[in-house]
Amino acid sequence: MTSVLTFEAVSYTYAGARGSSLRDVDLTVEPGEFVVLAGRSASGKSTLLRAAAGLVPHFHGGTFGGRVTVGGLDTREHGPADLSSVAGSLFQDPESQVVLTTVRSELAFPLENRGEAPAAIARGVEEAALALGIGHLLDRPTAELSGGELQRVALGAALAGRPRLLLLDEPTSQLDPVAGDELIWLLRRLNEEWGTTILLAEHRLERCLAAADRVIAMADGAVACDAPPRAFLAWAAEHDPPLQTPAARLFSLAGLTPPPTGVKDARTHPALTGVRPVPLHASQAQRNGSDPEAGWRRAKPALKLDGVWHEYRGGRAVLRGVDLKLHPGERVALMGRNGAGKSTLLRHAAGLMQPTRGKVKTTGRVALLLQHPDDYLLHERVADEASPSALAAVGLADVADRHPRDLSGGQRQRLALAIVLDGSAGGPDPVVVALDEPTRGMDRATKADLAVRLRRLAAEGAAVLVATHDPEFAAEVADRVVLLAEGRPIADGPAHEVLAGGWYFATETARVTDGAALLPAEAARLLTARVDREARSA
Amino acid sequence: MRYVRCASPLHAARAAAGGLWCCALAFAALTAEHPVVLGALALGVMVAAVLAGVGRPVVKLACWLLPWALVVAVINVLVVRQGLTVIARLGEVPPFGQVDLTLEGLVFGLMFGLRLLTVALVFAVFSSAVDPDDLLRGLRRMSLRSALAATLATRLVPVLAADARRIDEARRCRADGGGTGAGARVAVLRAVASNALDRALDVAATLEVRGYATAHPHRGQTRSVAFSAISAKRNGTGLTPGWGRTRRGGRPWSRHDLAFTASAVTVAALATAARLQDVAHFGAYPQLAADPVGQALALAAVLLLAALAPFANRRGIVP
Repeated sequence: MTSVLTFEAVSYTYAGARGSSLRDVDLTVEPGEFVVLAGRSASGKSTLLRAAAGLVPHFHGGTFGGRVTVGGLDTREHGPADLSSVAGSLFQDPESQVVLTTVRSELAFPLENRGEAPAAIARGVEEAALALGIGHLLDRPTAELSGGELQRVALGAALAGRPRLLLLDEPTSQLDPVAGDELIWLLRRLNEEWGTTILLAEHRLERCLAAADRVIAMADGAVACDAPPRAFLAWAAEHDPPLQTPAARLFSLAGLTPPPTGVKDARTHPALTGVRPVPLHASQAQRNGSDPEAGWRRAKPALKLDGVWHEYRGGRAVLRGVDLKLHPGERVALMGRNGAGKSTLLRHAAGLMQPTRGKVKTTGRVALLLQHPDDYLLHERVADEASPSALAAVGLADVADRHPRDLSGGQRQRLALAIVLDGSAGGPDPVVVALDEPTRGMDRATKADLAVRLRRLAAEGAAVLVATHDPEFAAEVADRVVLLAEGRPIADGPAHEVLAGGWYFATETARVTDGAALLPAEAARLLTARVDREARSA
Repeated sequence: MRYVRCASPLHAARAAAGGLWCCALAFAALTAEHPVVLGALALGVMVAAVLAGVGRPVVKLACWLLPWALVVAVINVLVVRQGLTVIARLGEVPPFGQVDLTLEGLVFGLMFGLRLLTVALVFAVFSSAVDPDDLLRGLRRMSLRSALAATLATRLVPVLAADARRIDEARRCRADGGGTGAGARVAVLRAVASNALDRALDVAATLEVRGYATAHPHRGQTRSVAFSAISAKRNGTGLTPGWGRTRRGGRPWSRHDLAFTASAVTVAALATAARLQDVAHFGAYPQLAADPVGQALALAAVLLLAALAPFANRRGIVP
């Protein structure tokens, strides 16, 4: 059988770049494979996908060596438009991936470009829409769709021509856990039923590893590992631990083998059966009067929302009578599906929006870090964006003379944080630090770094409020989780309770351990303690 | 300002016909000499916008543009020294030097502002009521580059507008408050402009991977247009299929297509004839000189009638 995608000694350097983004890459993807592309930020995943789509080098220029063949077409001779009949592509930002004004036109567009007959176009549109569950959106203007809906429409456009190969660059980064899981299972279905080959770049491997046949790990533009999921996890434990899934990390810390590829796989391990020892929860501690944080709970709230409503002119309500109090030093994660009202709530807290009913009270400034850190960059030098002390506080003092847009994604986010927190900028120190989806597109190491910074801010007395779709990050950062649905809180409690009891808004470790622990280290301690206990009793 | 699908004769017409009609109106506005004709055209465009169901955004734009039209008039009267009827002597005014305000300069400036306003309103009607997707398909058959430029432009405007909103919000979240007034706006504008190239590249990359610049001939182009007609009927806008001829199996010409095309040709012909025959002539310099108002009124009435006639046929348009 002919390979659907081959890379032969491919090296590539973007025009004007100092280093290579791809270095001597050799790989082959066979028809019908589901391949996950793993790696830290800037490891070359997106460039590899762009090379497979023909955008590298035809669109981006630069220096290209080696040979990429897609469905038998050499990308040196065939541009992205020619390759589109073989490979469908979906990138990270759905906003710039939808080019026409209605969903139907958008889905029909690639088919029209290929000169398909009207009947084939109609059928292609209908089938893509049904497969993705967007049939009801077909006649909606694309300008009115949410980020999640736009992402599905863009995927529909990539799928409409029934390409043999689907190239996806972090398609779930803007989706809530429910929509993210649905998308991965949809890809699995396309892979199984249509035989579509999938090449998927993703940071949150726990979401897709169970569906994958194979994982290719990239490091510094080269293929560092190419193996089935279990072998990849064993490699990651040894060579690049941040690439491990939470369940695999739990196994690694607890000294269990082999590493599990998913929750089901992990739960079948004998060591995990019957794990029920529930640790002392925060709520229990409060009842016992031993809560070390009870002091700040008695303090005046730094932020108080009193029956806050936000309604649009047409009558649609985004927030419905939200009551919320945040105390100094408290770390709260705000979770919920796309469109649940998380971003709107943060905007109300920061005074960017006014409630149609209810009141928002704060004891001082609310620093809000919005979803796109790049939006904060208004100057030509990092040093012009924030004061030296603010830059030093986020570890960017050594890049003060660089252009902000030359920084890496993680650095740009730290710079944005410095901009909103800057104590020397004339404004008062913030009493609340609010962040909207700060981990989007971040690798695990950068997330861990951000979590440390947020804990430090809370320790200094600021209330931290983070809207996130990432249960692992919420568990790492927050001591309290508020779950929003349809604009109102449906759960509000200690992280150990809220993140342990659900299916979607629960960490992978919680699902593996039946809610006994939220994070791998915690679960590993639990397991080790149990093994010791059993050894002693034996 | 973006395309909003609704039930109106202009929306029901194919994009080529709607676009031609808008071009004809803009042409008439650019060639009209008499203020009565120009004013009538501006009024006609507003009435057309209301009849097309896009009155609100177009009137909003008119309110926003009106002060700018007046600014144009003021600048003209300050810098042009061709008129003979002095209405005020301001003496030495830096940087303009000796300034004598003339009636002719004022009238010419007001007309120039009104002309710009009318053309902008025509463009607003075009943006709100002519389907850019349909136009893109039509353009693609003529020139890939024009279609690509048009697509980038139509797609980029809303994307950049969204960027500007986000960047402005981020500016307000800065610890120093992000500044106020013109300086803050300039900072946002500069950031949006520096994003524009990246955004254009993103959109262009998407077009590429959707097969936009496919090298092989589009064997189904005429048929794909037929499909868009089918989808337009399906999409619940209340538009009914029209009658007309079918060319090479393409989408049949509806009565709205024919009406707007005929209207465009008539308006363009009238405007050309009026200019060539010096009908409703108006000269600002050196002294105001105009044909009788009756002649201008007659021309304005005929132009308005020709431009608005297609809206009379509302059969099949469900409100």
